[in-house]
Amino acid sequence: MADSDGRQVDSINHSTEEDVKLQEVVQAKCEGKELTKEEKQRLRKEKKQHKKNKKDDRGPPEKEKEKEKASVLAPSKPATQSPAHKAPVPVNASASESPVAAEKPAKSKAEQRAERRARQDTERASKQGKKEGGQQSASSKPKATPNELQPVVKRLPEHIQVDDPAALKKLAKKLERQQVPLRSDYGYKVSLFSHLHQYSRKNPPTQQISIPATVIHPSIVRLGLQYSQGIIAGSNARSVALLHAFKQVIQDYSTPPNEELSRDLVNKLSPYISFLSQCRPLSASMGNAIKHIKKEISNIPSQCKEEEAKRRLQECIDSYINEKIILASEAISKYAIEKISDGDVILVYGCSSLVNHILCEAFEKQRKFRVIVVDSRPRLEGREALRRLVKKGIRCTYVLISALSYILPEVSKVFLGAHALLANGYVMSRVGTSQIALVAKAYNVPVLVCCETYKFCERVQTDSFVSNELDDPDDLIVTRNGKTHLENWQTVKSLGLLNLVYDVTPPDFVDLVITDLGMIPCTSVPVVLRVKNVDQ
Amino acid sequence: MPGADKETDLSERIESFLSELKRCGSGAGSLRGSAETARETTALLRRITAQARWGNAGDLMEIIRKEGRRMTAAQPSETTVGNMVRRVLKIIREEYARSRGSTEEADQQESLHKLLTSGGSSEDNFRQHFAHLKANVIEAINELLTELEGTTDNISMQALEHIHSNEVIMTIGRSRTVEAFLKDAARKRKFHVMVAECAPFCQGHEMATSLSKEDIETTVIPDAAIFAVMSRVNKVIIGTQTVLANGGLRAVNGTHTLALAAKHHSTPLIVCAPMFKLSPQFPNEEDTFHKFVSPHEVLPFTEGEILSKVNAHGPVFDYVPPELITLFISNIGGNAPSYIYRLMSELYHPEDHEL
Repeated sequence: MADSDGRQVDSINHSTEEDVKLQEVVQAKCEGKELTKEEKQRLRKEKKQHKKNKKDDRGPPEKEKEKEKASVLAPSKPATQSPAHKAPVPVNASASESPVAAEKPAKSKAEQRAERRARQDTERASKQGKKEGGQQSASSKPKATPNELQPVVKRLPEHIQVDDPAALKKLAKKLERQQVPLRSDYGYKVSLFSHLHQYSRKNPPTQQISIPATVIHPSIVRLGLQYSQGIIAGSNARSVALLHAFKQVIQDYSTPPNEELSRDLVNKLSPYISFLSQCRPLSASMGNAIKHIKKEISNIPSQCKEEEAKRRLQECIDSYINEKIILASEAISKYAIEKISDGDVILVYGCSSLVNHILCEAFEKQRKFRVIVVDSRPRLEGREALRRLVKKGIRCTYVLISALSYILPEVSKVFLGAHALLANGYVMSRVGTSQIALVAKAYNVPVLVCCETYKFCERVQTDSFVSNELDDPDDLIVTRNGKTHLENWQTVKSLGLLNLVYDVTPPDFVDLVITDLGMIPCTSVPVVLRVKNVDQ
Repeated sequence: MPGADKETDLSERIESFLSELKRCGSGAGSLRGSAETARETTALLRRITAQARWGNAGDLMEIIRKEGRRMTAAQPSETTVGNMVRRVLKIIREEYARSRGSTEEADQQESLHKLLTSGGSSEDNFRQHFAHLKANVIEAINELLTELEGTTDNISMQALEHIHSNEVIMTIGRSRTVEAFLKDAARKRKFHVMVAECAPFCQGHEMATSLSKEDIETTVIPDAAIFAVMSRVNKVIIGTQTVLANGGLRAVNGTHTLALAAKHHSTPLIVCAPMFKLSPQFPNEEDTFHKFVSPHEVLPFTEGEILSKVNAHGPVFDYVPPELITLFISNIGGNAPSYIYRLMSELYHPEDHEL
């Protein structure tokens, strides 16, 4: 990076005056002011000039390096701007400039692309000249050097801004542009949670799509439906399904003429991601997987042939699944089995694929233990875990979460799965996990959380209200002895049903976190994140 | 003969009461509230006093003790029955002492001197015959019945002292006392109630619909979300099945978790319990007071093959230690858990603790 910067400085010294004007104009654009027609023409001319100068300075190979750099810088923005959430695509510099470009139908696509690249170069140079402050413009690109503490430019994720009408309008416009159906909320929402969406399972968003869907790939439509109906549940399962669907999408993708695969494919993925998040809000693991894929796509060199590029992407997805999920669970099992001794009584909650895997492995390695499965309404996921464990031959007991105080004196260890690990050490997991950790602490039973590192996310959260997911409230209705008390809850004005999906467990309730990097305390999560960011 | 008819009639009534007790304990919580059980028990004891054959207080106490033992054996978890029996026994002792002319205070004081010198004589004390003893005892039992009728109202009257406006109150399951308490407060104040549904019987649903009919903002939450929402709750108000002698509770399952969550967030835990729920039992280390329902409620038969390989437990009650409780609200006012043992000595005689 250093040499090219030096060369850039040289090229800039060649045309400082133009650059000054260019910088001004670029700055004006950054601040969102309207450019007059003369200014735009001037800009065009200067860019062409600038490009010619640069061409004189360097040969063709450097031009490619520029292109690569430009494409690398673009995805570094999502890395710093909105971690862990669905990355709405207009983070690329190209997207922010496309409204401007759209006003000039006279320009050809190649010229626009060249302009964009040149602008990116000059912006980068100008930014390096000045001190990097907390510039809030959409096209700011703070470099992720590990020694500096980055001012994080964050946009609030949409799914926790439901009570803000401006945000809702913005979302509606974006979805319209992407031709993704907007899902409407259902039922009376408890006032504490008016900032979250609440959907009904009976109205999936696929009802509003025409068949065959023009914009959204059919495997994505199927995936969205499976998410919204709860057919695929559990963060590992959702991520793996997502990656397989993306593999299919890449397989069927063909680059349109005059477009580059590395840019166009990323743009194609954004309506799919919007659609999926309408079906069900993305999980932290899915967000990390999407970020990884986008980075890989943008890293494809432009001279790579399409077939070659597709093959490379498929391999990359396969290796992600293999490394982060499958091998990680093997590593975690290895560590966790050391913690299981003969005669143990282990308590698990709900259905975590990782914890089930650990227990099955331990049973195969001839450890003698028995398992207590705790379950809760309305999801009753523990029954699935019970089936899997009983099939293996493990001795199991089954209780509901209200019987926890009764059963806990028998328990020697508690194993919990996690949906995500937040940067302040809190564990985000299925609702009820924090309760189990609380009561276990009161009875002095050790609590071990098992979580792969790809689920670590940079968000912080201290309670279960600010960011959560509300499931279909009708799930709470139950018929007992022929009577359904809550049947007409919609008609009663002051009655609300609350069906939370996640809750956060404070780190003082958790004794140990077992990850594929080893066994760490809860508070070491930001350390792991930092190390991972440096590596990547 | 009219005497024999009365006797058979009496024993019939006792038998039917016993069979009802046995039946109502099987699942679905209590079909009748504890207040009703207490009233019926007291009415039955009054009838026994009126119709059974007895000559002196000692005989009456023997009869009542015998019937009381049968009743508690029919449904051990329904402690109000035993409590009422002990109350009546205490009434008999008091009336006897009054008839004899000695003051209550002198009798109650158990000085060391008295214990050593008058050990055996207390038995004979109840053998004297008094003509008006029957009438006095029945009158006293009537007073007890009126007291029982007014307990719920007495407790609800204190509601406004404890609930201010814009509060978020959490409760669990269904307690008629708490229902009346909250409805009374809702007449004057606006607040929000969160009801934990308390699986597997989900009695919280009934509670929520009944509260929302009175225009109280109610939310039903599953048991798993208790800790998640506890940080926004201002008070936890619960009912209970029994108040134990150390100030602890035997309440519906899930209450211990609720109490721990409230303690963690320093939220006050208020128990609305009328005095007839106070029982002289102490909690044991072993689970001897646990009661279970059919595992079918927990893991239904539709689950098929795994049923035979799995143990499923469905406990009905939880023990809540007194350190987690902030306040008891009963028909005689508010008390701290540390005062419960004193109240107990006013209600029951120590010799009646074991029936």
